[in-house]
Amino acid sequence: MLGKLTWQAIPFDQPIPLYSAAVVGMMLLAVLLWVVVKGYVPYLWREWITSVDHKRIGIMYCVLALVMLLRGFIDALMMRSQQAFAFHAAGYLPPEHYNQIFSAHGTIMIFFVAMPFMVGLMNFVVPLQLGVRDVAFPTLNSVGFWLTAAGALLVNVSLVVGEFSRAGWLPYPPLSGIQYSPGVGVDYYLWALEISGAGTLVGGINLVTTILKTRAPGMRYMRMPVFCWTSLASNLLMVAAFPVLTATLAMLLLDRYLDFHFFTNEAGGNPMMFVNLIWVWGHPEVYILALPAFGVFSEVVSTFSGKPLFGYRSMVAATMTICVLSFMVWLHHFFTMGAGANVNGFFGIMSMIIAVPTGVKIFNWLFTMYRGRVRFSAAMHWAIGFMVTFVIGGMTGVLLAMPPADFVMHNSLFLVAHFHNVVIGAVLFGAFAGYNYWFPKAFGFALDERLGKAAFWCWFVGFYVAFVPLYVTGLLGMTRRLQHYDQPQWHPWILVAGVGALIILCGIALQAAQLVVSIRSRQRRTDRTGDPWDGRTLEWATPSPPPLFNFAVLPNVKGEEPYWGVKRKAITAMQLSPEPSYEPIEVPRNSSTGIVTAFLAFVLGFALIWHIWWMAALALVGAYATFVVFAWRDVAESVLPAEEVARIDRANRSSRALALTEMHA
Amino acid sequence: MMLRNWLPALRPRIFTAVHAVSVLALLCSGLAGCDGNAWYPGSLDSAGPVSSGERVILLDSLAIMLAIAVPTIVCILAVAWWYRAANRRSLYDPKWTYSGRLELLVWSIPALVILFLGGTAWISSHDLDPAKPLNADRKALEVQVVALDWKWLFIYPDQHIASINRLLTPAGTPVHFQLTSASVMNVFFVPQLGSEIYAMNGMVTELNLQADRPGTFLGFAAQINGDGFSDMRFDTRAVSPREFSEWVAAVQTDGPTLDEAAYRLLLKQSARVAPYTYRAVAPKLFEAIASRQLPSGEGPHLAPTKGSQVTQASGPVGFLGDE
Repeated sequence: MLGKLTWQAIPFDQPIPLYSAAVVGMMLLAVLLWVVVKGYVPYLWREWITSVDHKRIGIMYCVLALVMLLRGFIDALMMRSQQAFAFHAAGYLPPEHYNQIFSAHGTIMIFFVAMPFMVGLMNFVVPLQLGVRDVAFPTLNSVGFWLTAAGALLVNVSLVVGEFSRAGWLPYPPLSGIQYSPGVGVDYYLWALEISGAGTLVGGINLVTTILKTRAPGMRYMRMPVFCWTSLASNLLMVAAFPVLTATLAMLLLDRYLDFHFFTNEAGGNPMMFVNLIWVWGHPEVYILALPAFGVFSEVVSTFSGKPLFGYRSMVAATMTICVLSFMVWLHHFFTMGAGANVNGFFGIMSMIIAVPTGVKIFNWLFTMYRGRVRFSAAMHWAIGFMVTFVIGGMTGVLLAMPPADFVMHNSLFLVAHFHNVVIGAVLFGAFAGYNYWFPKAFGFALDERLGKAAFWCWFVGFYVAFVPLYVTGLLGMTRRLQHYDQPQWHPWILVAGVGALIILCGIALQAAQLVVSIRSRQRRTDRTGDPWDGRTLEWATPSPPPLFNFAVLPNVKGEEPYWGVKRKAITAMQLSPEPSYEPIEVPRNSSTGIVTAFLAFVLGFALIWHIWWMAALALVGAYATFVVFAWRDVAESVLPAEEVARIDRANRSSRALALTEMHA
Repeated sequence: MMLRNWLPALRPRIFTAVHAVSVLALLCSGLAGCDGNAWYPGSLDSAGPVSSGERVILLDSLAIMLAIAVPTIVCILAVAWWYRAANRRSLYDPKWTYSGRLELLVWSIPALVILFLGGTAWISSHDLDPAKPLNADRKALEVQVVALDWKWLFIYPDQHIASINRLLTPAGTPVHFQLTSASVMNVFFVPQLGSEIYAMNGMVTELNLQADRPGTFLGFAAQINGDGFSDMRFDTRAVSPREFSEWVAAVQTDGPTLDEAAYRLLLKQSARVAPYTYRAVAPKLFEAIASRQLPSGEGPHLAPTKGSQVTQASGPVGFLGDE
């Protein structure tokens, strides 16, 4: 009836996952109870869960990322503490548990923190910057988000029901094959990523279409803000690379479930093919994450320097060059597989070439600040911290692209330090810069700047204290993923790295405090004009938070930085542009397709992991039926009357007019 | 060929300047290899021509890039500070958003650095190719390496002996390794000797290393390979050629033989196996393993959801015993 699922799947003998899951479960239950008692369920269902508004979906992506960041960071703390204790000792985590933790840490941080954070920011910002009312496929957008959430849920369920993969965040076969990993851990990993990967793919298709096909009148390609350009590049990469991931993991699933032999030791299987395929996805993935972050920094640096971005065309060229080149470097992840000197040399040089457009970006941000008026807001702190950190991370990256240097650093802690240097230094810093920058746009009040800066300093210092020691231990020969070790030279550095993790913990605590304090004092922080930072792009033309339809009248774009032009004109003329004539607006109707499909996908994944075939069949049919029902819907949109549009826009105009008179007074 | 000709000519002049920086970098990372500890596993404390060649590449590339990166970081901080909004002495020119000359410069600086490093990458990939035989007067010692769950088997085909978890080599003699895995993917890594290389089932990779001085160098499995991963270490002992021949002679007279039956026992998962030796090895055993004529490692024997227990096993004690 329940396949492989028995009471033995619950790890009653392992207190750590059980207690932590119990605590998290209680907290979840408490929140749920509070929501029900307060009567928030209909509100949540109507305004958020079934919402197809790109802004709401973007925010939900970011919330998912922040929640999963906590989970992933707890894993990081456990790894750091295990290695701190496990010098000439066994530590407190046995290998079978420790291996799950580092696998889960990597999987969660990449797929369920970095990805949703970036996708969330793009979802929220891109349509606003393009001057349009929604994404191309609003309901598909909701499906994409909920599928990602379903994958995240599956990873978390593995904490209490069964186990997670012990084969690393990229499960190289044969270790991840059924022979060497007979448990359900790898299956949890695979199904979670198949489900969330499908979500990412539809999200990518959606944003590519949005950017290519639905821009405001006059918003030509070379007038798009750089964040839209980097989003375009990132989503193109998603569309091109995620099918490779899905197919590769599907082949591994066939090996595990149906006795295929793509990657096995027997019957002509070739595990090396998995390594090639996974990195054909894996290296573009790095840029899927980094490019939107570069876009955030471009917006932040330009706004807070009070200048347009220096070398806009160069930036666009650099972005698209990176987009193309990112597919030509995958082999540098395994120079040590014995490919031969010509192949290694070629991929080494290709990898280094990517450093050229990336270096150009750094210089262009530098020249954007040059002759500017730099305001050191919290977002700008993250941007400058990023520039410094990323130069170092890029440098160690080029070092690893040098095949003979990689021969002694592959799979060492030097490598671990390098990719944390770029993923934290670029992606996470970018996410936090965007979080501070666009928060007032999303919620109508700004975050506390002082706590935001304090959090930045903890993260910044904590990062260096945590990862410089790992660079050193890497050069001292320490390989990654060690559960215990006996080398006295490594131990002091590992202890210092542990202190760094604690400093980062302070940063996270301060971020939580920033959020709580800001919400409590939101009346004081209200953003009345919709333009709290003296912004330059179209999202700042809307009120904060923007209405469902974003723009009462679609903007007519006449150049780069259209909003800046309109704003300057209004300030010079001391009055707003004349009131437009309002027309009714069609808005997409809410749809529960996303949550229902994703819930059924979650059930499908869970059933397949535990070999509960009847449940899997039911869930699959159900998910398909949900789509069919959606496809045959009679009414897709509802109409917002012109009076309502006018009422909302007039409120925005009057608060802006007030700000204008205050400015001149 | 062009690059090959002019690069060495440039080397001395550039590298005297950049070596100063690399020494600084070395100090920064607290790596002076002089703490007098013989059990010092770092790749920078090289004990052979391969690792010292790789160290030169690593430090020189680092120095070249630091020469660009440090000024860039200083510029970022200086520009951000000088153009702070509160500084009324700084020029504010919001129209200054393009400069052809600067564009040329910002594309050229990284491009030239990468041109130079790319040339270095190409040449050094060939010079330090793991499969390339080392130039030495002596004939290389042949060693066949089989990665097992979770132990290393070293077969000396010319001496017809084998060793578990201990690699003995004569110092000053190049060693030619052929590697395969009887189980999952593994990486063979002796940091002080240089170049790591994958050992994979059904495939043979090649590696050439040499220890220049006698000593004990720690070896690792550098690719996660299951629950016994952290214990899959081995010592590499470089001894004088005379000691090496004595060891071979001693091993050949004592201990078990490695035939197919004995090999099948090795396929069981076990970790922390004390080093021991085999006095004889079945002919073509390595070839039979690499071509999958013999089965691969058994994997765990457990209830699907329970953690495996890493078993501690110990084989017969060999010539050098275990400390």
